[in-house]
Amino acid sequence: MIKLGAVYVLAGLVFAAFAVLSALDRNNGKRFGNALFWALVSLSFLAGDHLGDLGNGVLVLGLAAIAGFGMLGRGQPATTSPEERRALAERFGEKLFVPALTLPVVVAFGVLVLKPIELGGQPLLDPKQATLLSLALAAIVAVAVALILLRQPPMSPLQEGRRLMDTVGWAALLPQMLAALGAVFALAGVGELIGQLVTDWIPMDARLTAVAVYCLGMAGFTIIMGNAFAAFPVMTAGIGLPILIGQFGGDPAVVCSIGMLSGFCGTLMTPLAANFNLVPAALLELPDRYAVIKAQIPTALPLLVGNLVLMYVLAF
Amino acid sequence: MLTLLGVAAVVVGFAVRLNPLLVVVIAAFVTGLAAGLSPVEVLEAFGRAFNENRFVSAAYLVLPVIGVVERAGLQERARTLIARFRGVSVGPFLIGYLAFRQITSALGLTSIAGHAQSIRPMVAPMAEGAVEARTGPLDDDARQQTRAMASATDNIGLFFGEDIFIAIGSILLMVGFLATSGITVDPIHLSVWAIPTAIVAFVIHAARLILFDRRLRRRAGP
Repeated sequence: MIKLGAVYVLAGLVFAAFAVLSALDRNNGKRFGNALFWALVSLSFLAGDHLGDLGNGVLVLGLAAIAGFGMLGRGQPATTSPEERRALAERFGEKLFVPALTLPVVVAFGVLVLKPIELGGQPLLDPKQATLLSLALAAIVAVAVALILLRQPPMSPLQEGRRLMDTVGWAALLPQMLAALGAVFALAGVGELIGQLVTDWIPMDARLTAVAVYCLGMAGFTIIMGNAFAAFPVMTAGIGLPILIGQFGGDPAVVCSIGMLSGFCGTLMTPLAANFNLVPAALLELPDRYAVIKAQIPTALPLLVGNLVLMYVLAF
Repeated sequence: MLTLLGVAAVVVGFAVRLNPLLVVVIAAFVTGLAAGLSPVEVLEAFGRAFNENRFVSAAYLVLPVIGVVERAGLQERARTLIARFRGVSVGPFLIGYLAFRQITSALGLTSIAGHAQSIRPMVAPMAEGAVEARTGPLDDDARQQTRAMASATDNIGLFFGEDIFIAIGSILLMVGFLATSGITVDPIHLSVWAIPTAIVAFVIHAARLILFDRRLRRRAGP
């Protein structure tokens, strides 16, 4: 069975290459900061399970220190100029889409075809991680397709990958750091405490109020925690189950499903959902870190009201 | 109550735009210490959770191939390709992408698109190209808004499509949570009840995309 460990080794090697190439990049005044940062990420992928909890903690402190004290620059690997790209675009034509579209095709192949395959009673891919395994496989196949079809230099995947990685910069590690913060929050019981505050202080003797508190609470809590999955158990245990389902007899499937989707409206509005909201802003080189969130709020708010109405109408 | 100081640290840190990685570390320490853990215990808990969540960062493996195709001119090609279809304006183009993302996510294919593998190399340049084909070169502000809208459309399509697929994480979480509370729910019911919200999300965002399209055109003048 192919497990997540294989993906981690691959990621570790790729980040190690980014680190080495960063150290050699004389165009980047902060090249050793970048080299150290990506080297720590590589170490985490390759040896995270052997560092111990404290060792991993120190590693995270190192990452935060490098980013926080402005030691990260932006590498400038030699790449093609805009003029060259226009000429290449003309020459290659629609062939250029093939490697990029290889990604979704291989991912779909992995999820739909490889995932159900069993070898000697064992699944070929770890079923829980089939999507990520398929994505890693797709990344390898697509690089091969790009190199052959577009005749690019053999080092270009690593140099161009490093260029994009430096474009994202410290924001790349933020989603993982926030997931870890969520674990510390859970350990300290932050969620339960907030849930308790909400249920203690807001009277919910009318059905509409209760629906509103649950939906808005899911969204608000998600904004604070960055993740609807963290908000769901707390809000549902505090309001959904005892009041909406218990007291008012709501349909559990409707309450939970629309409740979760109210949480997703919160996800659209919080910088703590970094992989959806901040990493894209960095990837698209937007000067305003919060530009994607600002584009989403006008959809998220009316949709939240829509959820509230849908739950009120459909659940009872 | 003191444990909520960690949440406050996050809110303040993000509001004053401190480096978010530092904010997260500070918030973890504030929360842990307030909850009575020692600094070493906080660091251990944080380190363990960081290590367990490495899969979150493994998705950057798609960047090398995206970089290679960019080097060979994909963004430029995407831009000119859309300009050839004169009838396609940015609004309908992004509405089409929204529908594609919602439907494929509903079928469980959440990872076939995304910000790194589709928005940056193809969808955003095509959206920019669609605007340029009608109104001429974009100024910085309009370009950034167009890119942000392309990313927003990806998120909205993903979030309000994926919950229709019965084996997605959030559905499994709900089934498990309800089971521990003594309520048995068939996952299919949870996914069916995600459909009304998916439709409303599509209608709201599609309407916004049409307005966005008009606004860009009005800006460009007659």
